[in-house]
Amino acid sequence: MRLLEYQAKQRFAASGIPVPQGRLARTSAEAAAAARDLGTVAIKAQVPIGGRGKAGGIAVAHTPEEAEREAARILAMDIRGYPVSSVWCETGLDIAAELYLGITLDRDRRRLAVIFSAAGGMEIEQVAADTPERIAKLWPDPFAGPHPFELRRLAFAGLAGSETPGPHTPGLVGQLAAIGERLFALALALDATTCEINPLALTSEGKLVAADGKVEIDPNAEVRQKNLLGEIPDEDQMAELGGEQLEREARRRGLTYVHLDGEVGVIGNGAGLTMNTVDLVKQQGGDPANFLDIGGGAGADKVRNALEMVLLDPKVRGVFINVFGGITRGDEVARGVIAARDELHITKPLVVRMTGTMEEEGRRLLEDAGIVPAKSPTEAARTIVALTRET
Amino acid sequence: MSVLVDRDSRVLVQGITGREGRFHTGQMRAFGTNVVAGVSPGKGGSDVDGVPVFDTVADAVVATGADVSGVFVPPAFAADAIMESAAALPLAVCITEGIPVLDMARAREFVERQGARLLGPNCPGLVTPEQCKVGIIPNHINVPGPVGIVGRSGTLTYEVIQSLSQAGMGQSTSVGIGGDPILGLGFTDVLKLFAADGETRAVVLIGEIGGSDEEHAATWIRNSGFDRPVVAFISGRTAPEGKRMGHAGAIISGNTGTAQSKIDALQTAGAAIADTIEDVVRLMAAGLERRSVAAS
Repeated sequence: MRLLEYQAKQRFAASGIPVPQGRLARTSAEAAAAARDLGTVAIKAQVPIGGRGKAGGIAVAHTPEEAEREAARILAMDIRGYPVSSVWCETGLDIAAELYLGITLDRDRRRLAVIFSAAGGMEIEQVAADTPERIAKLWPDPFAGPHPFELRRLAFAGLAGSETPGPHTPGLVGQLAAIGERLFALALALDATTCEINPLALTSEGKLVAADGKVEIDPNAEVRQKNLLGEIPDEDQMAELGGEQLEREARRRGLTYVHLDGEVGVIGNGAGLTMNTVDLVKQQGGDPANFLDIGGGAGADKVRNALEMVLLDPKVRGVFINVFGGITRGDEVARGVIAARDELHITKPLVVRMTGTMEEEGRRLLEDAGIVPAKSPTEAARTIVALTRET
Repeated sequence: MSVLVDRDSRVLVQGITGREGRFHTGQMRAFGTNVVAGVSPGKGGSDVDGVPVFDTVADAVVATGADVSGVFVPPAFAADAIMESAAALPLAVCITEGIPVLDMARAREFVERQGARLLGPNCPGLVTPEQCKVGIIPNHINVPGPVGIVGRSGTLTYEVIQSLSQAGMGQSTSVGIGGDPILGLGFTDVLKLFAADGETRAVVLIGEIGGSDEEHAATWIRNSGFDRPVVAFISGRTAPEGKRMGHAGAIISGNTGTAQSKIDALQTAGAAIADTIEDVVRLMAAGLERRSVAAS
């Protein structure tokens, strides 16, 4: 789950990381009022997705009238599938330089990495690709966290070769070390897999201020971050890419679903197997409508819920259910499929391929209910592609 | 021979009194695994279907000589359970799905400092056919033989085991490393174990999009001169870029982690690339035949 910019900044501020003064506005009148109090403001669309600046979701307003007009325009926008329901109005900064400070999970090192560069801003990925020596990294001990000397070393390394600001800009390294320590503590407290300040603005007075904030919370930690989640209204919780209504509905149902825009519905257990099922449908000349992973240990209710979800997509002409039982039991899957078919009066073709734990019980249940289970996944894919062509 | 577990392994189950722990303890025993103890804090002194239950892993190890732990503990407590295991015995196999990733960063560090090994989390475990199973891989699909299997996805690994078994190609050991971003043993670790095992004559590697563990394995194969046939299968080839597919691991970012980057790396390392499970079977049969011709 991704926090919106203003939510991230509120947490930065509470942790002692300087942020510009700002206020949230849900209407253009609220934006005008904010501009009256704050003076010249940047008006920024609050959407959980990048590229809003390029899409026209950020404007500078010098007067309350201008703020009202720009806020009205931005609040009417839809940015890559996310309707803008609020804007963050904040005082403009007198920026002398844009730096980068971020924390993210490094899978190879199996730790959080702290990343710092004097070359912050929109092109940071390009900087990393072209001049990796300008990017400094630190992998703190997961139990002890970063020591101040490590953060100072990171700051000096990221500033090396840079003149203004440079390693000897007064007060800069001390500020960086302090912000780095607070950002790391915040990442741990929020179970964040990404906690990024880009740009980290150096003002003409020599102060560092977080001009933007991106915080991504580990979905596995949502249970213990419930308080945090409780503050976020439902409409803002569209953390995943693609704002399609179906994906939103799937999240509401607690299902791992990705919309793919074809005709063959796909349900599998385990991400790898389900991805392979999507690949199989493609290989047989079909067009997968979705990816839906019911995960390990799914019971009959989850299977029924999954089938109902897939069939909400009006383009779906048939469904391929591919289950290899380990912790998932075949009899549970069969019961779910039969319940869904009978209760939801499904008439579109269903092809079930099932093997593994409790496979025989599951097959017997299906056969008794008139659903013939397929033997191999390839055969099942061929069958469902043929059946969805005919209908 | 085999890797990691064999008929002498003495297995302990953490979380044995839970629904999954109890069910799969039964499945493991039906397979023939020597389950010597269970651990469930506060339930020490009881038993589950005749298996004695202890309050702590340390107690269980002292009393039973357990040397492998299967962890079936709920996500909020699983990282702690892994550390408890690593403090007392050499190999933990964690089945639990959904452990907070920063918990895992610590658990993984702890395991390393203890000099212990961890398989998983969010993995199906491992099987040495006719000897020992720790985890949830279905019992009836495993047949002993010369092929080492290592896979990220549980269910896809079952597919490959079953298809090879049906085609008469048994396994030395099948290992599921799991799909989480922070894992214990990776592909390269398991390949090294297979390299040291005389009975593993060929290897199937089952990868998927996301991360760069497959690429690292390819580099190791090339640099180490690993001389046994490797068949690689990568799932998620048709996944659209930028779409999240459930596993934290299955995220495409930039050019690394794509199916193509993994396929290219493995191909360069000399692995045969399978497009389908049927291909895995065909390529493995050819690989084993080449190897036996070369040996004779």
